[in-house]
Amino acid sequence: MSAELGQIFLILALVLAALLSVLPLVGAQRGNEALMKLAPSLAIGQFVFLAGAFAALAIAFLQHDFTITYVAMHSNLLLPWYYRVTAVWGSHEGSLLLWMLLLGGWTLAVAAFSRSVPRAFTARVLAVMGMISAGFLLFILFTSNPFERILPGPIDGRDLNPLLQDVGMIFHPPLLYMGYVGFAVAFAFAIAGLIGGKVERDWVRWSRPWTLAAWAFLTFGIALGSWWAYYELGWGGWWFWDPVENASFIPWLIGTALIHSQAVTEKRGAFPAWTVLLSIAAFSMSLLGTFLVRSGVLTSVHAFANDPERGLFILAFMGVVTGGALVLYALRAPRIMTGEGFDWVSRESALLLNNVFFTVSAAMVLLGTLYPLIIDFMGWGQISVGPPYFGAMFILLMTPVVLLLPLGPFTRWKRDEFTRILKPLVATAVVSVIAALLVCAWLGTWSLRAVSGWVGGIWLVAGAVTYAVRTSRASRSGLARHQWGMVLAHAGAGVFLIGAAMVEAHTFERDVRIAPGETIEAAGYRFTLHEVALVKGPNWRADEARFSIYRGEREVARMNPQKRFYHRGGQTMTQVALKPGVFRDLYIAMGEELGDSGAWSVRLHVKPFVRWIWGGAVLIGLGGLLAASDRRYRQRQRATQPGGARAEATA
Amino acid sequence: MIRMLIPLAVFLALVGLLIAGLQTAENRKLVQSPLIGKPLPGFSLPGLHDPDTMTGRDDLIGEPFILNVWGSWCWACRAEHPFIERLGREAPIELIGFNWKDERSDALRWLEQFGDAWDRHLVDYEGKVAIDLGVYGAPETFLVDHEGVIRHKHIGPVDANVFQDLMRRAMALNSEAGS
Repeated sequence: MSAELGQIFLILALVLAALLSVLPLVGAQRGNEALMKLAPSLAIGQFVFLAGAFAALAIAFLQHDFTITYVAMHSNLLLPWYYRVTAVWGSHEGSLLLWMLLLGGWTLAVAAFSRSVPRAFTARVLAVMGMISAGFLLFILFTSNPFERILPGPIDGRDLNPLLQDVGMIFHPPLLYMGYVGFAVAFAFAIAGLIGGKVERDWVRWSRPWTLAAWAFLTFGIALGSWWAYYELGWGGWWFWDPVENASFIPWLIGTALIHSQAVTEKRGAFPAWTVLLSIAAFSMSLLGTFLVRSGVLTSVHAFANDPERGLFILAFMGVVTGGALVLYALRAPRIMTGEGFDWVSRESALLLNNVFFTVSAAMVLLGTLYPLIIDFMGWGQISVGPPYFGAMFILLMTPVVLLLPLGPFTRWKRDEFTRILKPLVATAVVSVIAALLVCAWLGTWSLRAVSGWVGGIWLVAGAVTYAVRTSRASRSGLARHQWGMVLAHAGAGVFLIGAAMVEAHTFERDVRIAPGETIEAAGYRFTLHEVALVKGPNWRADEARFSIYRGEREVARMNPQKRFYHRGGQTMTQVALKPGVFRDLYIAMGEELGDSGAWSVRLHVKPFVRWIWGGAVLIGLGGLLAASDRRYRQRQRATQPGGARAEATA
Repeated sequence: MIRMLIPLAVFLALVGLLIAGLQTAENRKLVQSPLIGKPLPGFSLPGLHDPDTMTGRDDLIGEPFILNVWGSWCWACRAEHPFIERLGREAPIELIGFNWKDERSDALRWLEQFGDAWDRHLVDYEGKVAIDLGVYGAPETFLVDHEGVIRHKHIGPVDANVFQDLMRRAMALNSEAGS
């Protein structure tokens, strides 16, 4: 029953989305208030039906309705209830439904929180979002319907991929999609602006909190995915340059350029073309990511059930969305305003440099991801591009960004002098280098990676702190929220850098043979194996090793890695034991039982500062959210700030 | 005006590339391999656990077997591994690993951690034999009959459906060899 209801809800949502994409737009073009006023109601209706469809699928999973193909393929009677709920987005069809639900949610939020924005403009934004909704709903209904029945249904279903039975998987896709879909808002603002005929500073300001929020969610989503891969895939790596990871990283890089470009356009009216194109690119790259994951063009561990027909649909959709946007841009761009001029040394130049570096990085990752396709297309054989390419290119491109980043916030708009910018930072730079060297001496590490990571990381954090201290001293009201957001995000980049450099430079890993009762020393720790026991879970059984870890005489941890065997599907999975710590993670993964001796092959890792990678990413994301919550972006008139000092120092 | 069209041109080139990619993705499914129905090419490859022992084409012929191309660097191989383990346990014929373009130490560590379900491994470090075999990209799984003829090939990771299909085909090859 719920499947049919869900199906009807989806069709109703499609009808509303179609109306939303036409009526308010016509209203805005003709100045018809009544048609424009329809937009919020249509957005509410669309969201209600999408939520209904989503609930219908969740209920089908909870009730074990195996007559629905999607449920039968991704759930079974032994699966605990919480994984049955998350199984809703465990595969292609359901994850698209989640995507749609979130798009409906963003549309609703734009309708609800845009009271200060002129009605005609909101109407256009919502109409563009309606078009995107309609496209995706058609995609779901025609190629990826999650409510399809099989009759008679099987008595029990298949299993959810055990890789996905995990708490990280519960939140990773929703956060990631929040980011992807959130860029649709920035896209819609840019298109609405182009339709309106002008790039106005006002609409750029209104779109800033949406872009920041989307970007923050994407940051959280990527960080969570990295964390999940780290402990679930049994390797202890944190980034693999896998096509699907890249698919989420490219929009993030574009989004990073976008949030900075928006600042320039809003404040100075400069770079309108950059801002519009980056808005289009951020969402287009999100669509491209969806395409790469679901079309089977590239193989990846994340890949959904591949289907070229679906790929063709997404590609056609992307062609319409991005192609249409770029045609509109070509038609309207000549009329786009140009801002006031600026000097070589100025905030504008600094942010232009930022735009260039992040856009080039995104292009580099895109090229590396598509390289196998290009090679194949040219008939040069098959080549895969590995982490060395990405890693080297990335270090090359990000080094200048790290070095220059703390200077940016100190730079004045329009015209500045190097000596003036550097003055407050000379002490910071010296202190950073000395502090970094002291830390390295204390840790006893002199590898190039670790030292440069510490120098760069402390420089970023100290630069952000210097900015916060100086700015709050200079103004009585202290830092505004968006400035705090920037400080937090920039400091987060420093924390991330330290973590990444330390993990890459000083990860200890070793394969050992160990039998119950034995002790092995590694990286200053003693690992003692007490026993290997048989344990049972709801839908699996496992061999579980019981370890105690000592540092000196003190027991620092007890760890129980497992080798799990899932009853349905017969898959075995390594469940690693992880002892997280601020300064190091201990990590044990079980290999194979060696003969009948009771001994096992076991993999030991000690990973220094690995938490700082995700800690840094979380700070970056929180910075984005904090900035997004600044009231300034929601004011209608451009606030005139007498004195100018405050306004000069914000970006 | 021309300058304004540059982004569109770049985008159209990208779409062109992706359409081409989609075509080859379809080809990967439809056109299985020109080698199907042809005898296995000749080769002589070292083992993984025993690098000094060379195995040639003629050493393998006589019994049907499954040849699974993998590498420790290959993520999709990690994804299909549970099903490869099942093939190793349940299939009635030999499962031979074809370790492709991989460092020996990495491959051994990978097997240690995730389990070695294969009956034996051949190592093609340089990837020359893989070219003769028409390997498109790891993972790939070939079925070879008792006369050394390639009978079937699956490109991409083995999932539940492919596993059933491979099992059925392996059983057919086994009974064919027995009759």
